[in-house]
Amino acid sequence: MPSDVENWKSEVYGNEIREHLFEFAEQGYDSIPDDEHDAWFERFKWWGLYHQRNGQEGYFMMRIGTPNGVLEPGQLRVVGEIADEYARGPGANPIFGESYADFTTRQSIQLHWIELSDVPAVFEKLEANGLSTQQACGDSWRNIVGNPVAGKDAQEVIDAWPVIRGLNEEFKGNDDHSNLPRKWKVSVTGSADGSGQGDINDLAFEPAYKEIAGEDVVGFNVRVGGGLSRNEPRLARDIDVWVRPENVPDVAGGLSALFRDNGDREDRYNARIKFLVDEWGADAVRDTLQAEYVDFELHTAGRDVREEYTYNTGGGERNDLVGVHEQKDGTNFVGLNVLVGRMGADDVLELADLAEAYGSGEVRLSQRQNVIVTDVPDAELDAFLDEPLLEHYSPEPSPFMRGSVACTGTEFCSLSIVETKNRQVRYARWLKQNVDLPDDVEEFHIHLSGCTASCAQPQIADVSLRGMKTRKNGEAVEALDVGLGGGLGSEPQFARWVTQRVPVDEIPGALANLIEGFAAEREDGEGFRAFVERHDDDALDDLVDPEETDYEDPMMHNTKMTWYPYADDDGLDASPPAPADD
Amino acid sequence: MPEPATESEPEKRITAAGNAGSGASSTASRLAAAVRDVRPGHVPETMTTRLRVLDDGAWLSVDDTRRVSVSELWRLDAPAFCECDLADLVVENFLDVGVDGRTVTARVYGQCIVCGTKSTVEWVPVGRILDGEFVDIDREGVLEPHRNDPEPAAPNEPETNAG
Repeated sequence: MPSDVENWKSEVYGNEIREHLFEFAEQGYDSIPDDEHDAWFERFKWWGLYHQRNGQEGYFMMRIGTPNGVLEPGQLRVVGEIADEYARGPGANPIFGESYADFTTRQSIQLHWIELSDVPAVFEKLEANGLSTQQACGDSWRNIVGNPVAGKDAQEVIDAWPVIRGLNEEFKGNDDHSNLPRKWKVSVTGSADGSGQGDINDLAFEPAYKEIAGEDVVGFNVRVGGGLSRNEPRLARDIDVWVRPENVPDVAGGLSALFRDNGDREDRYNARIKFLVDEWGADAVRDTLQAEYVDFELHTAGRDVREEYTYNTGGGERNDLVGVHEQKDGTNFVGLNVLVGRMGADDVLELADLAEAYGSGEVRLSQRQNVIVTDVPDAELDAFLDEPLLEHYSPEPSPFMRGSVACTGTEFCSLSIVETKNRQVRYARWLKQNVDLPDDVEEFHIHLSGCTASCAQPQIADVSLRGMKTRKNGEAVEALDVGLGGGLGSEPQFARWVTQRVPVDEIPGALANLIEGFAAEREDGEGFRAFVERHDDDALDDLVDPEETDYEDPMMHNTKMTWYPYADDDGLDASPPAPADD
Repeated sequence: MPEPATESEPEKRITAAGNAGSGASSTASRLAAAVRDVRPGHVPETMTTRLRVLDDGAWLSVDDTRRVSVSELWRLDAPAFCECDLADLVVENFLDVGVDGRTVTARVYGQCIVCGTKSTVEWVPVGRILDGEFVDIDREGVLEPHRNDPEPAAPNEPETNAG
């Protein structure tokens, strides 16, 4: 029996949702029939709108899909202006203020407190400036990710940006691929650093050479069925296919269609292609693709460059893209650390000014929730680096600031179990003040995800924190599971969950003890990931050793059952009414 | 044009005393039903109450309103789940929602924070439908899962509808 969501999708889905959305916006939030809320809120996702959680009735999160994280000149300003004008609600965040933009782990942008009545005006402004929310959420092609500096990167094997742009144009709004069994996440990477993080996507194109007629041709190897969600992490499987850049749309469309036709539409838990690959095996995926979905002979896999991957590996250069890096045209891109990916609207607008003043006006977003200002000439570099804004969004941050990634959390998200972004800020600040890494350890990734959906990609961090609950002194409190030793690279591996249900106020002490133990017991030059690999779970659990410190956590209580965790009167009984339609 | 995902399924019939999800695979979203307004001496009036699992198993939705969430801690009298006298279960996922008479029940995945057992618990009562409204059961108290096997409908007991 198909799920409710499938039934709703079979009635109205895809592009046609827009006219209904605009009609509701015109007639007011209350015009959505009470008994159709679940159905319409599910459908609105396809146009990038998530109804916020309990207690925030009538307010939406809006996700803007920016393919490969590319914001062309002027687009960041548009985002800042929209955030400033429309992303304001009844709750103010004590760290980030009343209006802000979130940069996500899939190189997109999220705004909160959007009112339905404002959606047409926001869409008009976005689309007039080449931006869109189409398919940013929902069961279809999501925002395509990759190395954000594709086309600029001096280290790239092949420029993947034209390929990504082509895929975006072909598969956004494409009725043949608009209603898939579940989300469809694609990564296309042309650089040798692995910064597209293909291994954790449904479909990955990675740079590879193939000898054809005696010559090395640059193209992409294809992997299928990666993903982190639902306590079922998978690395994308090699299906032994190499493809020329010009044939990527055919193979990508073929695999999307294969998923459309064969994915599970009865059980949404089982609907991702990673489970189909589990069931079929990589060989059968390849055989079916060849037999039914492409009309040319597929090449076998080429020679990849995975041995050179450094991104999110825990070691080597370019573990992230923060800092100053040379572009192939002789100018520079400057990666700035945005702690937990959130930037106040005023800062967004100021950064847009700086990008225009010192670079081309273009800005790009990484999968580590950071921003990259591109096209900065050598002559402008020092002046740019001296800008006051860069004291806060630093190209040379503390390892604990640099390594912090956090999802949305209970502030807005229905799925999360715990508060995340502000908590991760508090953790990073405490760790910066109180903990020293060994001198030769310059990066240390801590990812905090509020639930098993894994939006903060916790399984691929040095330290993975995942929302949980426990009791402390008999009281229910927010807690975190602790995983260690995850990362990507030529030998990707997921974190091992070694310590369960640590009360949130004991996490800083636990991490301090862990790092102290690591520093004391590591072999010469040993990285954290290798150190973890060398120890069994019990030994690591002993090192974690949770304890209270002078860190105080103001959000120990059940933030999920507040209307807004930072409100003075935060109870659900104090929830504001749905916004008036004006 | 895309191939249609599915045809709409005919409404699924369940009995008032049965469990909506028994025998079915876990789905993130299910419509069940509960009996409303059953008064002695009257022909029972059945009205559909929409029960669903939403948000990837994070919430139970009742009549399009999120009412019960994951992350609650439930003290369960469930010897089959773990060896603790009372399991202290953190609810991590709703797998299915059902009804037993006027009681709304849920099939959940979670773990006992005392002994660490992780598993599925069948049909924990979470609320009741009274006068057409969902009323929370006191989930701070001890909860006793209902029997796994659905009971047959009693004679003359109304059937309710689910889709």
